[in-house]
Amino acid sequence: MTNYDIIIIGAGPAGISAASVAAYAGLDVLLLDEQPDVGGKVYRNVKQNDSKQNWFWSNYSSGMHLVNAINCNKITKYFRATVWRVEKNKRVIWSHNGESKISTASNIVLATGAQERPFPFPGWTLPGVMTVGSAQILMKSSGIFPKEAVLVGSGPLLYLVATQMIDANCPPKALIETQTLRMMMNSLIHLPLALLNMKSLIKGFMFIHKIKSAGVPRYKSVSSLEARLNNKGLIEFLFSHKGIKKSLKTKLLLIHQGVIPSTEISRSVGIDHSWNTSQLSFQPIVDKWGKTNIDGIYIAGDCAGINGSASASLYGKLAAIKILYNTEKINFYVYKIQSLSIRINLFFINSIRLFLDTLYAVPEEVLFPSDDTTVCRCEEITVGQIKLGLNEGIRGVRQLKTSIRSGMGLCQGRMCDAIVRNIMLHNTSQEHTTILAPKTRSPIKPITLGEMSKIKKD
Amino acid sequence: MKPDSRFNTLVKSTKDVNFTLFGEVVTAPKGSTLAAAILSHSGDAFRQTETGALRSAFCMMGVCFECLVEVNGNPNTQSCMILVEDKMVVKRQVGLRQIGICEND
Repeated sequence: MTNYDIIIIGAGPAGISAASVAAYAGLDVLLLDEQPDVGGKVYRNVKQNDSKQNWFWSNYSSGMHLVNAINCNKITKYFRATVWRVEKNKRVIWSHNGESKISTASNIVLATGAQERPFPFPGWTLPGVMTVGSAQILMKSSGIFPKEAVLVGSGPLLYLVATQMIDANCPPKALIETQTLRMMMNSLIHLPLALLNMKSLIKGFMFIHKIKSAGVPRYKSVSSLEARLNNKGLIEFLFSHKGIKKSLKTKLLLIHQGVIPSTEISRSVGIDHSWNTSQLSFQPIVDKWGKTNIDGIYIAGDCAGINGSASASLYGKLAAIKILYNTEKINFYVYKIQSLSIRINLFFINSIRLFLDTLYAVPEEVLFPSDDTTVCRCEEITVGQIKLGLNEGIRGVRQLKTSIRSGMGLCQGRMCDAIVRNIMLHNTSQEHTTILAPKTRSPIKPITLGEMSKIKKD
Repeated sequence: MKPDSRFNTLVKSTKDVNFTLFGEVVTAPKGSTLAAAILSHSGDAFRQTETGALRSAFCMMGVCFECLVEVNGNPNTQSCMILVEDKMVVKRQVGLRQIGICEND
């Protein structure tokens, strides 16, 4: 068992910023991430891709100084290290190369980032249907680019990835957007505040302009989505556009509906969570430093609510500054001045969020998919089966799990929990705000019993 | 019919490894995740579920557990979370993992 000043879980923008601030002030840091290298999803492989950054736009290469900052001997770092248990007493158990280890610290910063919002419709489980985020990971980390892909859904990432594909000479075949005119109208009220983050707005317009000038067809306000796999391995994508049924054949259907915080660890430790009514997801309750209801556990970045990578990096710094002040590594004036300048930055960056949340709102069809849609991918349970169970008297998620097995597969509910809850709450006329966040329990990622039995006791 | 890869390989690597994919010896760039290596060779399913439904890699970040394959005899291996290695033997996983056939347990 090894003891550190801080254990940071997640080496994306929030985690690496927290790690570098803490380490340069002299604290011993353990940085753990389950991906093969530093950078999280947003700065994935930024070091290796430096020479071809023109595909990925300037924001990506700005991650360079961040990932370089963790090359400091005060930071012990492990990649492909999966944290499967975090305890209130700040003990972290993590698996690396098939062996589990226990580490302890005075403080923990959770910087676990976000995952894409599950986007269920009939056929979303087929080979040839992947997420837009997954395609971007493949572009960044493996240099493989989607072939004649059709992009479906909504959100800034849809446009960013489409632009990156155009720049790499693999333009999408079409963009099929669930955004409606009503969403655009609703977002206008938040536009004045969003103007404070002019840089992001301009970037967004540049993406859309690029997609238009590349001649990529765009269909808006689409509904009734369905994918089928034909015997040649092609995806046939059906959708309704302006009341007319359309179909497109494609090798690869890339779907996206925004991102939601990854809260498996924070929920398993017993941190309080609340429902975010504009982002439609649970998030941990934190103060302005990222401090939680558990002493010494901080949360930074998108796992505490979606604000994007620039913001995440600043939240990481704030948490580290608070810990440095508490451990008397920095004086009161440094603490106040540094945090104030970060907060001013955050105010400007985050001013765009409500605008984006309403502009790319989640459509009803995604929150309440049709009965023939598979909702629990692992256990192959459809929306219809969930509804049938509820009508037969099943009450609550726990009963749903034990009686029809939704959410009992290997992903531990990461892909279905939100939708299953929507259906359940709708059925009983409840609101998300009135219920507690779903429980998660360790091991929060599957490990073998063999490995668990070999953990050495102190 | 075996579907072609759904991806274009744009970045050629200088260092390659050889591994066996669904019974065929193929090459992949060193440092690539196994899932990426499979996707660049084949548009076919990675696995079959208990009911026989076809599934492939979906999220590429360790969340969805759809990219499970059998690697060197170990079933239920998330191919997006491991790097491809020389002489790796990768088999399609059919149905649920069977208890007692995992080498390292």
